Order: sequence, then C-alpha cells, then structure tokens
Amino acid sequence: MYMFKYVIKRLLFMLFAFFIIISMCFILIRLLPNVPAEQFGKDMSLILQRRVRQGIVDQNGNAIPLMTQYLHFIRRSLIGGDWGVSEALYIGQDCFGIFKAKLPPTVLLNVYAMLFSIPLGLGFGIYAALKKNKWQDHVISTLVILLVSVPSYVYAFLIQYFLCYKFQLFPILMESGYDFFTWSMFKSMLPAVIALSLGVVAGFTRYTRAELTEVLTSEYLLLARTKGLTRAQTTLRHALRNSMVPIFPMIIGEFIGIMSGSLIIENVFGVPGVGALYVNSITALDYNFFLLLSAFYTIIGLAANILVDISYGFIDPRIRMGSRK
Amino acid sequence: MTNKKNYTNIPAEKFAFVSAERKIGDEKFETKQIGYFADAFRRFCKNKSSVVAAIIILILVLYAILVPIFGETTYSKALTDTTYLTYTKLLPKNNFLSKYGIWDGTSTKDITEADYLYFAAMGMETGRPVITKVKSSMVDEKGKYLFNCKIDSYTSSGMLYLTLTEEQYKSIQKFQLETGIQVIFPAVNQKEVPSVLVTDANIWFKCNQKGAPVLKDGNFANIYKTTGNDGDYNSQRVAGDPGIEDPTSPDRYRYAQITGDSSSISYNVRLYKYNYFIYRYGYEPSFLFGTNDKGQDIFTRLASGARFSFILAITISIINLFLGTVYGAVEGYYGGAVDMLMERFSDILSGVPFMVVATLFQLHLAKKVGVVPALLFAFVLTGWIGIASTVRMQFYRFKGQEYILAARTLGSKDLRLMFKHIFPNSLGTIITSSVMIIPGVMFSESSLTYLGIINLDSSTMTSVGTMLANGRQFLSSFPHIIFFPSLFISLLEISFNLFGNGLRDAFNPALRGADD
Repeated sequence: MYMFKYVIKRLLFMLFAFFIIISMCFILIRLLPNVPAEQFGKDMSLILQRRVRQGIVDQNGNAIPLMTQYLHFIRRSLIGGDWGVSEALYIGQDCFGIFKAKLPPTVLLNVYAMLFSIPLGLGFGIYAALKKNKWQDHVISTLVILLVSVPSYVYAFLIQYFLCYKFQLFPILMESGYDFFTWSMFKSMLPAVIALSLGVVAGFTRYTRAELTEVLTSEYLLLARTKGLTRAQTTLRHALRNSMVPIFPMIIGEFIGIMSGSLIIENVFGVPGVGALYVNSITALDYNFFLLLSAFYTIIGLAANILVDISYGFIDPRIRMGSRK
Repeated sequence: MTNKKNYTNIPAEKFAFVSAERKIGDEKFETKQIGYFADAFRRFCKNKSSVVAAIIILILVLYAILVPIFGETTYSKALTDTTYLTYTKLLPKNNFLSKYGIWDGTSTKDITEADYLYFAAMGMETGRPVITKVKSSMVDEKGKYLFNCKIDSYTSSGMLYLTLTEEQYKSIQKFQLETGIQVIFPAVNQKEVPSVLVTDANIWFKCNQKGAPVLKDGNFANIYKTTGNDGDYNSQRVAGDPGIEDPTSPDRYRYAQITGDSSSISYNVRLYKYNYFIYRYGYEPSFLFGTNDKGQDIFTRLASGARFSFILAITISIINLFLGTVYGAVEGYYGGAVDMLMERFSDILSGVPFMVVATLFQLHLAKKVGVVPALLFAFVLTGWIGIASTVRMQFYRFKGQEYILAARTLGSKDLRLMFKHIFPNSLGTIITSSVMIIPGVMFSESSLTYLGIINLDSSTMTSVGTMLANGRQFLSSFPHIIFFPSLFISLLEISFNLFGNGLRDAFNPALRGADD
C-alpha cells in the first residue's frame, strides 16, 4: 500500500513536469516564425487544411491567438494524439505515423545493445571483483576508464574505419527497409550495436565491480564462509544477489536512457531511426516533428528516472523510497 | 636503614634547576603548518595516474593557448585571403621524423602501370619524386604491372592552372631568379591533350585518352607549347628548354597563355603547387597533422577549436558553480518548504532534454545574440542543477554540526553561517564537481556541432565537433582528418576523468576508491 501511494505520487509529479515542459516547448516553438504554406507548392492546400484542423490558423489563413492555439494543442495533440503533418521533411504525411515507423530501428538497436552489454558488463565486473588487485583486475579497470571516458562517436569512427572499411566485415551503413529480423539486417546493425554497447559495458563493469567488492568484504559473507560454504557458493548465492540491488535499477535506467543517447551513433551508421529524424527535423525546421520528438525525449528521460527509483523499492523491500527519516 | 645514611649530606650545589632561565609554556610547532589545500595537494600528488592526467591536461591547454598565438604560420593566417592556395588533404608530415621514413606525408597505395607512369612523369618534370618507394610489383593475369608504392601526398597534388595578373607574373619570375626554385612550368600545347583532360594541369607529356603516358623510345615525350606569346618570360627555364641558350629562339618553350587585351592582360600559367607554396608563404610545406579537405592546417585549426571549447567550458563551469552554489546553499540551509519548492523547480528543469534546450535556444536566440551566447545560455539553463544538488547535500551534512550551533549562538547571521562556515567546508566536493563539468561541456558541444544542430564553422572559428563532422566524409580515404580531433577529445576526456578521480580522493579521503 505504501509503495502504491509512492508510485502514484511520482507518476502524478511526472505528468505535471511533462505537462509544464511540453507547454514551454510548444509556446517557444509557436513563437518562431512559421514557414508559409505557399512554399510547398501543390501540397499547399493539404498543409493549410491540416493547419486549420490543428487550430493554428482559421479558415481564412489568419493566425489564431497563441493561447487559443495552446488549448487546441492540448485537446488535439496531447489528448487526441494528432501531432499534425510534416511540413518540411515528408511533406503532408502524418507526423505520428512517421514517428512510429522510425521507432523500430532505434528500439531494436538498443535492445541488441542491451542484450550484448548486460552479460558482458556483469561478467567482467564479477571477474574483476573476484580478482581484485591482481593483474586481471588492473587490466579490466584500465580498460573501463578508457571506455567510459572516450566519447562514443570516437569508437563509432574506429569501428567504422577498421571493421567496415579496412577488414570489410560489415557494411558501412545500416540497411534500409523494414525486414528487421533477417541475417543481413542484423549484420548491418552490428557495428552500431558494438559502438553503442562499449560504453555501457564499461559502465556496468565498473558499477558491478564496485558493488560486489563492497559486498564481498561484508561480515555476513564471512559468516557464510565460516558456516562452510565454498567461495563459489558464497559469491553466487549471497554476494551476487545482494549486489544486484543497486545494479538492476541501473540496468533499467540505462535501457531507457540509451534510447535517447544514440543520436550520434545513428548519424554515423546511417540508422533510419528516431535520432536521425530528430536531427533532420531541426535542420529542416520541421516544427511539428520537433515538438513531437521533444515530447518523446522528455517523457523518456522522466520515465527513466521514475523507473529507477521505483524499482529500488520493488527489488529490495528494505529500501522504502521517499520515506521520512 | 643503612642506605639512608648515603642520602644525608648531599651538597646543595649538586642540585640545579632544569630550566631556570626558560619559561615553560606552549611551544610553537617546529614543523610547518599544512592547510586544507596543501594537504589535498599532497594527497593528490601521491596518485600517479592523476598527476599524469593533470600534466596531459596542462599540455593540451597550453597547446590550445599557445598555438593560436605563436604557432600561426603565414599559411594558416592566409585562410581568409581570397588567393589562398588550397593545398588539400595533405597527410601529416614532420620534417625531422620524415628522414626515418615515418610521419613523412606518404601513403602506401596499389597503383596500375598507367598511374605509375603518370606519377613518375610528374616527378620527372618537377624534380621532386612523387613515388618515394616501390615496395613490390606484380604482374596480373592480363600481363599488366601492378605496383605497391609509397606516394608523397605533398608532391602528388602536382600542378595547378592559375590566372595571374602581370604584376604577380613578374613577381614570381623575380622569385625564381633569386632562389632558383622553378614555380612556373612551361605551358602545354592544348591541341595535344585529350579533350577530357584539358583541366588536368599535370599533363606535360604525350598521353592516351585516359591520361596514361605514351612513351617514345622509353621516354616521356613532352608537349610543351613552342608558339605564341608568353609576355617576355625572362626567368629561369626548365632543363631541355632551347630558350636557355638563346632566349629569342623560336623553339623556346612558352611559359604562359595570354588572354585579355592590353588594358587587362592576364597570364594563364601552370604552377607547381609545392614551389608555389614556398613562393607564397616562404617555407616548404610540411603540416604536422596534415590538412583537411579545404586545405586548412589541422594543427592550428584544432588548436583554435580546442581554445574555443576550453573557453566555453570554463566559462560555463564558473557560471554554473556560482548559480549552483547559491541555489543549493539556499535549498540546503533553509530546508523545509523552501527546499521542497526549489527542488521541484529544479526537478522540472532537469526533465528538459539538453538537446531540446540547445535547439530551442539556437532557433530563438542565435539570430539575436549570436550562436555562441545562445549555446552558452543553453548550457547554463540546466547545467547548474548538478552543482546545486551537490551543494545542497553538503549543506544538509554540515548545518546540524556543533560548530555551526556555536557560531549561531554567538550571533552569526544566516549569510555568514552559509558562506563563512559551511561553504568552505564543502569546497572540495564542489570544486571536484565543477571541474567535472568541463569535459561534459566539451563532449556535448562537440556532439551538437558534429550533428550540425549548431554551426560554428567559419574561416576564423571552428570547434572540435565541426572538425569531426567535416572529416567524417573522408573517413575511408583520408582518416587523418578525423583522427587528430578524435585523439584530442579522447585524450582530454580520459585525462579529465582520471584528474577528477584524483581530485575527489584528494579532497575527500574517506571516499577513496568508492567507485574505481
């Protein structure tokens, strides 16, 4: 019951924050000079029609006052899910439809990256913690420092240069098309997946190692050993489980956070995903897309935060999130 | 009781006061006092990797400061010049190391027989070899030779056609006579050049439609122009020119093609880029990091980009430090409802994705206040939140302690308590987190400029991200263009991470090893 209340409270605050942020974005974007519809030639009537329907202009093409536009926006876009049509990139096409079509590559890329990095990160972390202060640990720790610090686009360039150009193991850019589960598509995604995972693997390794070494030196582990459990048993049954408490929320947070963090990787490997759409919408000044994607990134950021906090409480009932002293 | 006798009659002079003339009291320490920062510095110096990182950062900062001031060459200064010689995509070359065959501006390539002859002809005409070394050769199934050679990028760009005014033409002639360096090479009889290759200034020999030299008796056959007016060329001539012996010989090579009438006469000449470079800029071309696709020197350009990034990052760090400290101090010190409200405000603000903020600020402000201030505002808008929460935690930690109570009892006002008593105690943590803003800002800035959301590129200004974005298209053919900016930013991020770890451990020994 306590948890339920906490979750509701957080969710309500998240909605509130989201609402404020998106309202600010909306007003700031609408204050920008709008591109006149005449510029789009034959698609003009279509765009004008949609603008009327969106409540941006009235039947005669005159702008409606900003606050009225805002009310229309809340009713039609936030509640009704109609985000208007693209006015520069895919002229006349529905924004939300295109956004939905661009989502699968991004999500898939991140799912692969996660599938790749969770076992590797945890594995290296556990190994380093068990071999603490031996050469294996030093090698892993040095690599972690390197991988955590070097910007992800630098790996992307290195991977693209060596794996794609020099040794020609993978195609240079990701395949286009919508057959996401073919072998060739998977192969073409692999460089991007590797580039995306390296930093995440390093992050997980570092965190797991830190948590596990802390648990491994605790008293109850000593007790477990004196009871007669082997080292493997204590590590697997006692230490690992307890060290998972802070690691698991981190995995969830990372999974959600990574969706917005792959703008550059998507750009380098030509992934036809949301990141590319966002960058293109800015360069083409397609405000409807920009508003929609801002809402998307905002909600992802907020949701990641909340999920991390909530999952702490669910995984370890001893932690009571948001409790007073 | 026999012993007692021994103790009687001890002469009084045997007794003396230990320190009769010295006052016994508190003594000053002989050792030097070690302050908070000196102590932190001592601990920092014990951490080898952090010290190395600090030195690397120092070198990078010095590079960014000194190179744009002192390292400017006549070439990199000429960037805004209209007659700027675009000497593009040269490979990195160091004059000292090139003697040992490394870092010498060459690349190893597989070339065909035709290419081999073409390059050999270029080398023969100019006297500076293009193919510096043939590593291996083989014959393919069609009986053609294939060569694997080292090609010098500085000489392989060869000649260019340029239209000069009379003044420039005379000035180059004078330079040639003074130095003996041949800049202008004889004009070519255009009728003998295949029409598709007319723009190729490197052709001075009989060739087929594809530009492959056609040999005559095993030698290149020149097609220099021997008719027409070249405006009384009276400077150094190339070897084999009949004009050397008799400057009025009708068979002498002509060095320019004259167009225009007598009022605005212009000379179309074949210039050798390498020597033209010496003429224009006064030294032999040699670029430590090579040049990019626009012919800009990467070494100086990267330094000015780095300088921009450093200035931006440090400014933002200072502003954020100030804002965050004030905000966090108020939150942490007053607590309660004030804290709650302010926390919610910063929660909402931190929910705005940085990309969105940066874009909105660019769209709204870039035209009014300029691109850089708009970027600065975007960084400041959400950047202080991290510092504020650090400061808030520190204030919560210290505000309940006894020495604060004591100071309050003595009548200290809130402001004095906050900034005289609590703030100095949390200074170490705050410094560490504000130092760590710098690499974060540089990373975000390079990402934004790389993606093209922010455009900082101009002839006088650049940023590391812009250089990355420009080099990206030449990743396969000229990786050096992207390599040096990448190396710079990677080195910087690694060093700052290690440096930050060292700072944290030094200021806060209790946290030592908490996350490494």
